[in-house]
Amino acid sequence: MSTNVISGNGNNDVKLPIYMDNHATTRTDPRVVEEMLPYFTEKFGNAASRNHEFGWVAEQAVEQARERIAKLIGATSKEIIFTSGATESNNLAIKGVAEMYKEKGNHIITQAIEHKAVLDTCKRLEKYGFRVTYLPVQKDGRIDLDDLKRAMDEKTILVTIMTANNEIGALQPIREIGALCHERGVLFHTDAVQAIGKVPFNVIQDNVDLASLTAHKLYGPKGVGGLYVRRKNPRVQLVAQIDGGGHERGMRSGTLNVPGIVGFGKACALASEGMAEEAVKLAALRDRLKDAIMGQLDEVYINGSVEHRLPGNLNISFAYVEGESLLMGINDIAVSSGSACTSATLEPSYVLKALGAGDDLAHSSIRFGIGRFNTQAEVDYVAERVIDTVKRLRELSPLYEMAKEGIDLTKVQWAAEPTH
Amino acid sequence: MAYSDKVLDHYSNPRNVGSLDKNSTEVGTGLVGAPECGDVMKLQIKVNPATNIIEDAKFKTFGCGSAIASSSLATEWVKGKTVDEALTIRNTDIVKELSLPPVKIHCSVLAEDAIRAAIGDWKKKNGQHSQPQPQAQPVEQRA
Repeated sequence: MSTNVISGNGNNDVKLPIYMDNHATTRTDPRVVEEMLPYFTEKFGNAASRNHEFGWVAEQAVEQARERIAKLIGATSKEIIFTSGATESNNLAIKGVAEMYKEKGNHIITQAIEHKAVLDTCKRLEKYGFRVTYLPVQKDGRIDLDDLKRAMDEKTILVTIMTANNEIGALQPIREIGALCHERGVLFHTDAVQAIGKVPFNVIQDNVDLASLTAHKLYGPKGVGGLYVRRKNPRVQLVAQIDGGGHERGMRSGTLNVPGIVGFGKACALASEGMAEEAVKLAALRDRLKDAIMGQLDEVYINGSVEHRLPGNLNISFAYVEGESLLMGINDIAVSSGSACTSATLEPSYVLKALGAGDDLAHSSIRFGIGRFNTQAEVDYVAERVIDTVKRLRELSPLYEMAKEGIDLTKVQWAAEPTH
Repeated sequence: MAYSDKVLDHYSNPRNVGSLDKNSTEVGTGLVGAPECGDVMKLQIKVNPATNIIEDAKFKTFGCGSAIASSSLATEWVKGKTVDEALTIRNTDIVKELSLPPVKIHCSVLAEDAIRAAIGDWKKKNGQHSQPQPQAQPVEQRA
């Protein structure tokens, strides 16, 4: 990829393209890469080799990583199972609990704006006779705890609700959810991938029984994840979903990705040290971006809770401007849109739809994900480009013109058959 | 997704952006699409009453880059044509000219609809019969 250096708003130069899509993935921190490298070459052993030095070195490295990950989330190292990533962790947690506790009950509760790795796993279980309740979310993207209470019955075995949403950054009230689950003797799983290393998360204080983790969302490598499985109060049991050599205490067979695990551990160690400070920095950058945009443009709407939100997340709908055309106009900046045109399914974001904002605002949304390596100069450049492009596209927008003429767009009878 | 150079060109330098006086009898307005579908096109033509030649065309589009390019191209193509000639423009011509991928074909369909809707509106104003075209209407104006 070619890069250009151009002058930003301030005196600092910014390098293009700018990466501001840190909910999709993050750049691997160079300190993480450095620690991983020996485990590809001289320390290449299989952590399951019990009878030689190569195996012992690898196993030791894996155990150190396990401890670092456990420390970040307030767990013990024996409670961490390594997987290939959060999709596998979500599958293992939900299917593994469903299969283990099916004699006790067949009811699972989740919510509308979970990741597809959770929603589609639940849908599959429905085919096998499980009953799943999909709780709605409120306008701010958080569930109503009373809805959860009402949904629980004597057959409920599992509640699976994410800690932070990947599109709108909304933080669910997991501590209260976990407490409610523990009162009723129901297991609580949370997909915590977006939250780990970004906001405080502690499996004991937050009453979590299972938590899905992944390395690449916190400046670690792709292809390695973890599942926290509580060992006491209560002791959680799972039916393994991958059969084989009995690795990971029988819960997940398969040779461990030692370099990846080492990187995951280092990424967690870095997060343990720097998270509090980094969160303040990211929130300040995010607010700077938000204030610049909202100061210059009318009719922009923040999607999701402002108060209960990941520090680096900003999800905004720019009324009367379609998201993909906006992305095209800021093509030296990597961000995401909830527009149908940018998705494989040609459906606008189901997350934004679930907030009840209307499909038109989902089509007009942009997600900014600010991360460790973004600078203030980049934020200023992004704000300027977004503002200019939105202004240009609004001049091109028949909807903006109609709105300015005082026509209520919700009262127009649109002629088109839905084309997608 | 990679865009063709022609789509990028129309997106960056859209032709004939703007509005004509929708109350003029010489002007036909087509408004097609819907905000919840992610694209709305407004295409207007100004027809010389003596020759039936489209002397001017303007558009505004809410939609992706391909939708903007399709409607921009449509205004270029209708200009200088008679109304009847403009009705022969097919969405497939737009697809070919802009090298639109299959997922973007609906943008070209919408542009063809917009041309037909604009011509239909002009014909209606001028007492000519035509196939009724689907067309968005503010409810207030219908009453």
